Amino acid sequence: MSGSFEKEHIVGGLGALMLLSGCVLGLFVVPPMVNFGDLGRPLFIHVPTAWSSLLVFTVAFVLALGAIRKRSRGWDAALASSVEVGVFLTALLLFQGMFWARPTQNFWWTWDPRLTLSAVMFVSFAGVLSLRSFAEGLHRRIMWTAVSTIIAYINVPLVYFIVKITDRGIHQEHSSPQTVSDVYHLALRLNAFAMLFLAYWFIARRARLHLASQDGADAGPPVAPDGPELIAGVEG
Amino acid sequence: MTALMAQIWGVFRKDVLLDLRSGGRLTAVAFFAGMTLLLFSFAAPPDGLSLGLNAAGYLWLALLLASVLALGESFRIEVEDEALEGLRLLPVDPMALYYGKALATTALLVGLCVFVLPGALVLYGVAIKGSWLKMVATLILGCAGLAAPGTLYSAMTSRARGQDVLLPLLLFPLVIPVLVSSVKATSLLLHGDINPGGSASSSHLALLLCFDVVYWSVCGLLFGKVIDE
Repeated sequence: MSGSFEKEHIVGGLGALMLLSGCVLGLFVVPPMVNFGDLGRPLFIHVPTAWSSLLVFTVAFVLALGAIRKRSRGWDAALASSVEVGVFLTALLLFQGMFWARPTQNFWWTWDPRLTLSAVMFVSFAGVLSLRSFAEGLHRRIMWTAVSTIIAYINVPLVYFIVKITDRGIHQEHSSPQTVSDVYHLALRLNAFAMLFLAYWFIARRARLHLASQDGADAGPPVAPDGPELIAGVEG
Repeated sequence: MTALMAQIWGVFRKDVLLDLRSGGRLTAVAFFAGMTLLLFSFAAPPDGLSLGLNAAGYLWLALLLASVLALGESFRIEVEDEALEGLRLLPVDPMALYYGKALATTALLVGLCVFVLPGALVLYGVAIKGSWLKMVATLILGCAGLAAPGTLYSAMTSRARGQDVLLPLLLFPLVIPVLVSSVKATSLLLHGDINPGGSASSSHLALLLCFDVVYWSVCGLLFGKVIDE
């Protein structure tokens, strides 16, 4: 905000470079997949997006517990940013899945259990952001965001484990390095870490924006110089 | 513990008495649910077959929509004239307040089922082929599953701008698992569970019970945080 270089830009830059390398590898270098041929290449970004969205919501859940305990603007800013980034990643995930399914499965949408639960997860957390925008007063906003995040998170483990519980639909069982050909490991890992780094970068930037906008309103303390952990340390 | 139970009973009794004494409100919610059932019959081809097949889904959607009205009303009376503050100052434990109100909403919704279920059976031309006991259990557990997160959310939305939009926006995605289990169990009980010993409807009931346990415990723990200001 002040024009000084913040450390999270290094993480963001590294994430962007890794994403670029992972996409080049996935799109042009690795051999086509046995089942889908070249149409399987979007999975190199779809699967990392899914991992990172679930992880970001898990971070949001932990931040929500912290926000209830600390009741500070810093925790609230980090929590709201995590939910925003998680919602964005889930929207991306749903669109990627739709654009992959159209040529490979001949439909845009199907009532597959994991897909349905992912859509539910998206609207649940989007609801948290709506509720937040209607909450008046700092304390109320912190508590309502945190409580509704915890409730919305109940669905997240279901999204992850549903392929083990019921019909897998168009999704497959949980992958592991043993179930994926060695040649695809690097592209998947690069993109997985790239999405995480970028998610961290976006969360940190959004958290600074939240804090700065609140500062404008009540001239509170300046933003912390480092990532969400330090931002979370700023007392309201 | 006994004091907490006494408080829960006190809040529950207060809400049920208010519901019974302001009869217009209960009647309005029941009419709304009936009207929704009637409207759903225009959403399917008028051959009776489609309506019968989807009867369980229509029944639970009518209950869900009616529950939003009931939940909104449940906290509107607490927000008016700062009644909630009065209750907190008595002092009533937030947990007792939550469980008392959630139980009262469950009771109201179960009471609504007494009108809505026969209405659905008549309008959609279906009969209960499975166990009556399981049907009663499905209705009670399903209504409890709608009331638990609904009570927590209505405590927040009743004090926010745009409460009419917010409550369904937050509640509907959250209750989808409850709704799916309730609809599947009800459908199996209406059309007959061909699995040995009605095992399919029992497993949906067990799933419903799991969701109820999660929602009733988590929401009860968190309720104090949203009203403690």
